[in-house]
Amino acid sequence: MLSVDALHVTYGGAVQALRGVSLEIPDGKVVAVLGSNGAGKSTLLRTLSGTLRLHRGRIDSGSVRYGDVALGSRDAAAAVRMGLVQVPEGRRIFGRLTVEENLRAGGMGNRDKAAKARARDRVYEMFPVLKERAGQRGLLLSGGEQQMLAIGRALMASPKLLLLDEPSLGLAPRIIGQIGEVIAEINRQGTSVLLVEQNATMALGVADLAYVLDVGEVSLSGSAAELARTDEVQRLYLGHDSDEPAAAEPTPGTRKTLSRWTA
Amino acid sequence: MTQFLSLLLNGISLGAMYALIALGFVIIFKASEVVSFTQGSLLLLGAYSIARLSEPIGFLPAVVVGILLTALAAFLIERLVINRLRGAPVISLAIVTIGIDIILLTELIRRIGSDILNVPHPWGSESVRIGDVGISQNRLIATGVAGVLIIAFFAAFKYSSWGVAMRASAEDGETAALMGIRLGRVSALAWIVAGALAAVAALFLVGAPTPGVSAAAYTVALRAFPAAILGGLDSTGGALVGGLLIGLAESFAAGYQDQLLFLGRGFGDVVPYVVMIAVLLVRPSGLFGTKELTRV
Repeated sequence: MLSVDALHVTYGGAVQALRGVSLEIPDGKVVAVLGSNGAGKSTLLRTLSGTLRLHRGRIDSGSVRYGDVALGSRDAAAAVRMGLVQVPEGRRIFGRLTVEENLRAGGMGNRDKAAKARARDRVYEMFPVLKERAGQRGLLLSGGEQQMLAIGRALMASPKLLLLDEPSLGLAPRIIGQIGEVIAEINRQGTSVLLVEQNATMALGVADLAYVLDVGEVSLSGSAAELARTDEVQRLYLGHDSDEPAAAEPTPGTRKTLSRWTA
Repeated sequence: MTQFLSLLLNGISLGAMYALIALGFVIIFKASEVVSFTQGSLLLLGAYSIARLSEPIGFLPAVVVGILLTALAAFLIERLVINRLRGAPVISLAIVTIGIDIILLTELIRRIGSDILNVPHPWGSESVRIGDVGISQNRLIATGVAGVLIIAFFAAFKYSSWGVAMRASAEDGETAALMGIRLGRVSALAWIVAGALAAVAALFLVGAPTPGVSAAAYTVALRAFPAAILGGLDSTGGALVGGLLIGLAESFAAGYQDQLLFLGRGFGDVVPYVVMIAVLLVRPSGLFGTKELTRV
């Protein structure tokens, strides 16, 4: 349903953030994009959601096609109307608005009143805690609840493709597990998901396909299960030692380090 | 006591006008992050159009057209200038609005000249007595109208989709855009509302006890700035409280000026600014303003 082809994006005409990224999001699947800081994950999402311009970024070449429509120059509101909705990194809920108002804000791009009501019922069903706290200000929620609210808010727009930017950020492992279940449930209900994550365990657990971004390029791709077995992903993202030590004789006292500096 | 009550009543009505102007100032700031100094000339534009149109088309149509014209002017300022400068430094935008204000003001003053244009308020310059307390009918109606408008505004701000969109984009513009809220539309609407509010305030501010529309009406809007700032630039409730506070302070300072002679004549004119400075010394972000929060 969404295909990115040889995408090049620069900021301020100078900083190259994406250098020829190509990827596919098939209908009804969960696709994970892994990568460390600065790999270009957020830039990819900004391009898809139409907020690149707010960050003075520009598509130099390549294309993004969503169904039959070419994205790129469209703004965020147009993307939302087409069913492409992003949950921003760090949750970014409206702290001074109540939970209910946050959900209303999420439904602004949705003209269809009946669809909005259905979306609200679905959100409250999926996250009963939000219904309990409907009248509370967003900033009084805990981190996990805020993430639920951020996801629920995006669901209010009845997305066809949900873009999630690091939903596990700063959350306890138990909550991260719940987020994974929520993503799987959303997908089961018929929404495709693009999941950008640093937490590879959760992401590969829930995704069908996965891509690894590395300094603006796709370095690995394949089915999530396959990718989870590769040495590189094991070593860099899952925290396991690879079977054969890369350095011949690790000197005692020095820990094995990552093969690259990827800040 | 009678004098006190009379000053109180007049102060409230004056404060309600200031609150209308200050509300416009605050919602523009919230919606487009612009400290807009155009309120003064918009107010004068409203007063001027109502005064000039009253003769040919009658008072009520003139009021309607005057309010619409002022709202249109505010809308055009937003579309043609402010919206195109999105992302410019806040200071530059503020200076730009001062520039627009001066251009508009100069043209209006040229047209008004040294005349005092009369607005034929049907309620004239009569006074009414409530018990022993006297107040001009104009001021009394003004208080009522402003009260209704302020309540309607707060209800809309709290419950309507426009209000939710407005508050969401004021809090976090990028996220609001991600939710499909059109920031440009929110901002344009805020300017329209601000223009209309300024015109309504203008309608009453040029009535009794003020003689009519002269260039001096502009300085009235200048007193609404301290009202907005002392209430907290990003707080609508603050604009209301700030407006009332400034109105009362001005009214009392003018009414008791014989007792305040040691401060010199005309203390009433500067008292809004004195109050503002005093408040800001104690609370730098205003009475209800958000403190600049830093994430840790």
